[in-house]
Amino acid sequence: MESLFQNLGNLTWQQVVMWAIGGLLIFLAIKKEMEPTLLLPLGFGAIIVNLPMSSAVSRVIEGVLEEGPLSTLYEAGIANELFPLILFIGIGAMIDFGPILTNPKLMLFGAAAQFGIFFTFCVASMFFPTNDAASIAVIGAADGPTSIVVAQKLGSQYLGAIMVAAYSYMALVPIIQPPVIKLLTTKKERLIRMPYKPANVSKTTRILFPIIITVITGIFAPSSVSLVGFLMFGNLIRECGVLDSLSETAQKTLANLVTIFLGITIASQMQAEQFLRPETLLILGLGFFAFVFDTAGGVIFAKIMNLFLKEKINPMIGAAGISAFPMSGRIVHNMGRKEDPENFLLMHSIGVNVSGQIASVIAGGLILNFFM
Amino acid sequence: MNFEPMNFIGSLPYMGWGMLGILIVMGIIIIVTVLLERLTSPKKEEKKDEQ
Repeated sequence: MESLFQNLGNLTWQQVVMWAIGGLLIFLAIKKEMEPTLLLPLGFGAIIVNLPMSSAVSRVIEGVLEEGPLSTLYEAGIANELFPLILFIGIGAMIDFGPILTNPKLMLFGAAAQFGIFFTFCVASMFFPTNDAASIAVIGAADGPTSIVVAQKLGSQYLGAIMVAAYSYMALVPIIQPPVIKLLTTKKERLIRMPYKPANVSKTTRILFPIIITVITGIFAPSSVSLVGFLMFGNLIRECGVLDSLSETAQKTLANLVTIFLGITIASQMQAEQFLRPETLLILGLGFFAFVFDTAGGVIFAKIMNLFLKEKINPMIGAAGISAFPMSGRIVHNMGRKEDPENFLLMHSIGVNVSGQIASVIAGGLILNFFM
Repeated sequence: MNFEPMNFIGSLPYMGWGMLGILIVMGIIIIVTVLLERLTSPKKEEKKDEQ
């Protein structure tokens, strides 16, 4: 009987706090439907790795190392960046680059909206060493896989907190972005209409685009080749027209399978002693800061462009230059319709949103170029 | 974790180079995309088909 309760003595209050955090993530995933595919495995994983003497993670018993399955998965899929990169194939297969191929200028907004990443790096460097500051800044990309790859490659010790922040804020985009956009724009600006001129994009362009992007980014930011390459490989499968079955698998089965393991494996980094630190709160705060300044960067860039353009741009579309696709594009469109039900910004905002996906990966690659 | 405000100033060049870098890369991608679209526009393909 005594041995039945023996393990209870190993329980710490910090582990109980982590159960509560895990429970909160599960609640947000189920009740609020916030990124459930990631927050649910992450939340459940946070509970099982924080059970006293949990066999889910590697532990040392009487001087002997006993491998835990989540630690093994971590070494096999996260430490070598394999899971996020495979997920990128699925994401690439999901993306339709049509809106930016018909209006390539929109890609400038994707670039401008990465301001939050670089500004947050400057702020984070006041508190953290360079590798951690750079990893934390990439939370602003609103791109989970890029955040994992950068944090892993730079050897950040805060991977768990960075992941939780990246995916939680992606889910919070509808709450974070609208007030920032409203604060930075006037009603008159929000009412600006942007006519959409539909144009056919040739199949050749659609096929060559992912190949050319990979070559260009590979030349200028070699550290981003794996990120961009896997993303564009997924897109090439989609656009080539002869691999429909593979494209469908990449978009659904492959992406879902990797996502299941990604969330629960990252949870292995959420052990109480690693996670419950004052730094975690600061990382969450800096992640929020990065999101706000990414949004602001895109909006302000559009306002600056308007100073020189005859045909004005609705500056709200600049906010869609983050990687949270298609959420951010839809938010901007809905905000436009709220001001004027006849104003349809969707094609423009989705175009900016798609370019944000490319730009965030390039930004991650540039950060790696700087600090690796 | 230490608070070192001077690191902010030291990091500013990275912000400048980072933003410049991303604008340059995206600028090149835009130019290439425009050229690509012009070279492979459906009109030309249609004309070829007609011939």
